[in-house]
This record gives sequence, C-alpha cells and structure tokens, in this order.
Amino acid sequence: MTVKFKVLIPVLIILSILSIFIGVVPLSFTDIFQLTSQQQQIILVSRIPRLISIILAGVGLSVSGLIMQQLSRNKFVSPTTAGTMDSARLGILVAMMFFHQATPLERMLVAFLFSISGTLIFMKILDKVKFKDPIFIPLVGLMFGNIVGSITTFIAYQNDLIQNMSSWLQGNFALILEGRYELLYISVPLVIVSYIFAHRFTIAGMGEDFAKNLGLNYNLVVNTGLIIVALITSVVILTAGTIPFLGLIIPNIVSMYRGDHLKNSLPFTALLGAVFLLASDIIGRVIIFPYEVAIGVIVGVVGSFIFLYLVMRRSAYES
Amino acid sequence: MVKIKDVTKLYGDTAVVDHVSMTIPKGKITSFIGPNGAGKSTLLSIVSRLIAKDEGEVLIDGEEVSATNNKALAKKLSILKQANDINVRLTVRQLVSFGRFPYSQGRLTDIDEKMIDSAIHYMELETMENKFLDQLSGGQKQRAYIAMVIAQDTEYILLDEPLNNLDMKHSVQIMKVLRRLADELGKTIVIVLHDVNFASVYSDYIVALRDGKVIKKGPTDEIIRNGVLKEVYDMDIKIQDIDQCRICLYFS
Repeated sequence: MTVKFKVLIPVLIILSILSIFIGVVPLSFTDIFQLTSQQQQIILVSRIPRLISIILAGVGLSVSGLIMQQLSRNKFVSPTTAGTMDSARLGILVAMMFFHQATPLERMLVAFLFSISGTLIFMKILDKVKFKDPIFIPLVGLMFGNIVGSITTFIAYQNDLIQNMSSWLQGNFALILEGRYELLYISVPLVIVSYIFAHRFTIAGMGEDFAKNLGLNYNLVVNTGLIIVALITSVVILTAGTIPFLGLIIPNIVSMYRGDHLKNSLPFTALLGAVFLLASDIIGRVIIFPYEVAIGVIVGVVGSFIFLYLVMRRSAYES
Repeated sequence: MVKIKDVTKLYGDTAVVDHVSMTIPKGKITSFIGPNGAGKSTLLSIVSRLIAKDEGEVLIDGEEVSATNNKALAKKLSILKQANDINVRLTVRQLVSFGRFPYSQGRLTDIDEKMIDSAIHYMELETMENKFLDQLSGGQKQRAYIAMVIAQDTEYILLDEPLNNLDMKHSVQIMKVLRRLADELGKTIVIVLHDVNFASVYSDYIVALRDGKVIKKGPTDEIIRNGVLKEVYDMDIKIQDIDQCRICLYFS
C-alpha cells in the first residue's frame, strides 16, 4: 500500500460522486440530466453540504493530528488522545449554559478557548512527567479527556442538558444541511497556514534546542500549531460532532510511507483523511440502508483496530 | 572571537558554572574537559544562548549573545547537543537541509542546494542521503547531524560530546573532520569531550573545568601534564609521547 496522489485523487473523486448518489431519496446516474425539483433540492441542500463537510472535517482532523504528533514528538498524541476534543465539548456546554443566544461563531470561540486550554494543560503534564514508555502518553491523555468529559456530563446532568450534549458526543453527518456546516470553511485557511508553516513545524518537532540553533522562534511556532489544532477541532465538533481516532491513525499511516517532513506528508495526510472519512461515511450509510450507522461508530471501530495494529507494530519494532 | 566574562549559573544555591572567564581564539579547536558535573555542557549551552546565565557576559565578536537577534545568531554560531535520540523519520538530506533554514527559511535556493551537497560530501554521506535517520546506526546519525551544522556554515561551531556512543573508527573520523573544518575553512570549534586523549591529540587549546570553575586553560601541551590532570580528575595519570601525540594512561 503506497500513498500516492495518482491513486488518492481519483479515489476521492469516485467516492465523492458515490456519496452524492447514495441516500434515501433515490437518485441514479442517468437522472443527472433531468433532475426533478425534489432531486435538485436534495442535492443542493443535503448531499453536497454533506460531502463538503466530510471532506473538510477529514482534512482538518488529520492535519490537526499530524501537527500535534510533530510538536509533542509523540506518535500517539491526537485531538482524541490529548483531551482536546473533550475540552472543546466542555466549552460548548459552557457556551450553551451562559450564552443562550450565542451564534455558532461565538460558540466556536468558547469551544476554542476551552480546547486550547485543555491541550495546553495536557502538554504541561507531558512536560512535567517524563514517561519512559511512549504508550503511556495517549493513556494519560485519554484519562485526562475522560476527567474533562465527566465534568461535562456532571454539569450537563445538573442542568438538564444531557440530551443536547449527546449530539456532540457522536460524530454524525446525517444532520448536515445547507446553513449548518459553513463554519467548517474556517478550517480551509487554517490548513493552508499549516502548509506554509510545515517547515517550521518539522523543525520545532526536533526539539527546542534544535529549533533555537536554527534561529526559529520555538514558542511562537508551537503556539501557532496548538491554536490551529484547537480551532479546527472546535469547528468540527460544533458541526459534525466527535470523530475519534482519525487524527491519530491517518498521520501514522502516512508517516510510515512518506516520512515526517511535513512539507511531504501534510498534503497526503489531508487527502487520506478525506478519503478515509468519506469511505467510512458511505459504509455507514449503506450497511443498514435505509438507516444509518453514525460515522463516529464506523471510524471508531475501524480506527481502534488500526490503532491496536500500530501499537503492536511499535512494540514489535522496539523489542 | 568569543569572550566569556565572569559567567555564573546557579541551580538553586549551587553554582554549576562559577565565575568563569576566558577568551576562545578564532580558527582553532578548543576543548572543554573535566569530570562529570564540572559544568562543561552548561557552559557550552550558555555560550550558545540555549541556557540563560545568572551573571556575567558572553560576547561574540563584541556582541552580548543573549541580546543578539536569534535569527542573525543562527548564521554565526551553531550548537549541536549530545545524542539526539529522537526517532524521527526524516531523510539525511532533509536533516542536512535544515542547516540552511537560517538563510532561506525553508525555500531552498540553488546556493542552498550546493551547500547541502557539499556538506553531505564532506561527511561522506552520499550513499545514504535518501535513507531515513531511523534506519541509520548511531555513528551515521551523528555524521548526519554534523553535516547539518556544516551546511549551516557558521563561523563558530559548538559541539556537546559529539563522540558519545561512537566507536573508535567513527570517533576518529569525526575528530579529523573537525580538524579539517578548523584548518581548511577557518572555523572556530568548541567541543565538550569526555575522552582526554581525543582532546590531547586533536585540540589546539584546552580548558580544564572542575566544580564549575576553570582549573587551568591554555595550549594543549600546557594542560596535558600530570600535575594539571591530577587537579582536574583527582587521578595520577601517566603521560607518554607516542608518535608526537601526548597520550594519557589512566587505565590503571
């Protein structure tokens, strides 16, 4: 399995076309030239927004994971395994409780503030506690995330908001309609900035002394990276919900074949993230057609197996 | 020229570097020697602005190092710390090209590519330039890092125990390269060395430290003497001239 543009781009295009034609309202390839008004409506209001949001979320989350792994110098750190997502959810809860009339953008800002704080706390823990075995780090991150998550649940329970919160718990693109996903476009400039910073992220990933020797402003680069990650994570959670493991497995797969220089690996990570998420969504839509399995479940199941494989491959490699 | 004036670094109440002053001459190899905990590495990190000092001054060509612009300094002085053991999947060439970052900020020009080529050639890494670092042996990795420093093309090159974990052959190879950098390209090289014989054979000047203080500094043949080494290492070390090299016999 090699990761190549030649392969990935056609796959993405084919999956995108498939994605537009799969759904409860029947739509076949031959209809495309004589769409009924209902079919037109479905394509414009539901299918295309869904497709765009999946691609943006897939790109955004896998690039976030890549940046986090590079900056923390640990292959097992990602928005899921560093408390970033759980902190963002706590932020959404706070926004719901204290700012009832908050616009999506304001909610995003509160979620962002929480997710960046959560990520910084996790990074501080990593700094303070030197783990001999890198496998402890995602475990600590998951525990930290669960602590934040239980605080969220507790507050939500006290305030009768459990039902509202659960929609952000499990990623789902079925609810994406025109007018409810546009926030995700914020991730486009962020991914572009990441690419511009790719060289700097790679150098920062070599350590503070190494970066300083080359005249790089280490703290500025690390903070930029964390802000990008927290922003992308926040918009994805607000629009689609939690999508676990994506930011963990995609960068790891790409790293095996393309190495760790972000100038090389970032475009592939972005593309593979979109392909993987789109494929998962299509599987979720056809597996119990006409019903849907939430994409969070599909990605979680497939992703946890790949995660286990990565962990075992690593320990085999080390022994 | 590097001027170190009355530099002190405290960790809590203990001074790990204690009022150290010296001048490091240009175009020569100066070695820092001394037992563990003598403050050699800390001093090197202070000179290269990686660690902040508590007192004193470090002047590089007359400018205080901590007040110099970080980017400008990266074109003048490079520092390689001991044993970079991170397992990162970068190719040798990618690593070496980082040395050009201070000049091109990542967008490599033709001149940069030429500098990278010649650094790779200098360290004899041509055959493995496209290999990932995690596929290399410790010695090959160390050579790749030194090639990066060569590509950085700074007047001052500071190396913290560059021979750590290297076998004899590669240690000698690296010391010979450093000698050439000083003799052919006029680089000023400062190294922290653990093995007193490598310091004796390859350096022009030696600074002997102990407990954060300079015991003695000067040309190599003034330092590699029984009396000085006894004061530094607390060992009675016999010294013999073999093939014009002063070799310390500290094994018995």
